[in-house]
Amino acid sequence: MPANEMTKTSAKSSLQSQIDENLRRVYEEALKEEVPERFKDLLAQLKAKEAAAKEPGK
Amino acid sequence: MMQSAARPEGPVTADPRDALPDHLPALRAFAISLTRNVSEADDLVQDTIVKAWSNIEKFTPGTDLRAWLFTILRNAFYSIRRKRKREVADPDGIHAAGLYEKPHHDGRLAMTDFSRAFDQLSPEHREVLILIGANGYSCEEAAAMMGVAVGTVKSRTNRARARLGQLLGLAAGEDVLADEAAGTLAVMSRSGTQAA
Repeated sequence: MPANEMTKTSAKSSLQSQIDENLRRVYEEALKEEVPERFKDLLAQLKAKEAAAKEPGK
Repeated sequence: MMQSAARPEGPVTADPRDALPDHLPALRAFAISLTRNVSEADDLVQDTIVKAWSNIEKFTPGTDLRAWLFTILRNAFYSIRRKRKREVADPDGIHAAGLYEKPHHDGRLAMTDFSRAFDQLSPEHREVLILIGANGYSCEEAAAMMGVAVGTVKSRTNRARARLGQLLGLAAGEDVLADEAAGTLAVMSRSGTQAA
């Protein structure tokens, strides 16, 4: 019985570390995905739009 | 209108928006974690980029830009969700859990099992686990991003971990839930330190 209790307790902390390890893996998998070009294009557009707006009128 | 031209050049005076491309992968990963749907995630990232770009004066230079971007993204996510309203309110994933068939296995977690279980969590639980478990933000930092009390972040993290354990059909997860149901959550966290 006491051995059983100890197994339970260590199973809890091992569960938590396994969960965190898997969370990092899930997240890192998503991180590795190629960022679509459209976001870089969008940033370039925003930058160009702002530059045009700030251009002193001639 | 013109800012002083005498400011020294360097990273301090740089437009924080120039750093936006560096944060796109993390932003997208966070969006995918919340939505579990790539096209929805991409719409969210696009929305976040536009909002960040046009509200950059609200960002405090020298603070964590990524955390600021995460905050914009999660706020946009929840506001879209609230507008939709067709989803059942299910912050603890009770409803979703009922739709999930418990896997029969024990021992180490298989990655596919884990991903499936993660999908079954409520976005609130996925959010807190990704911020704290995967990104390593403190409860205080996560609380600031989520706009809730630190205690809420802590209890939500505990519940999210317990729910994941339960979805994974792990014995330890079931114990955690049983403890919580009995209202002995505090005892449980203390027993963790006594275990050594």
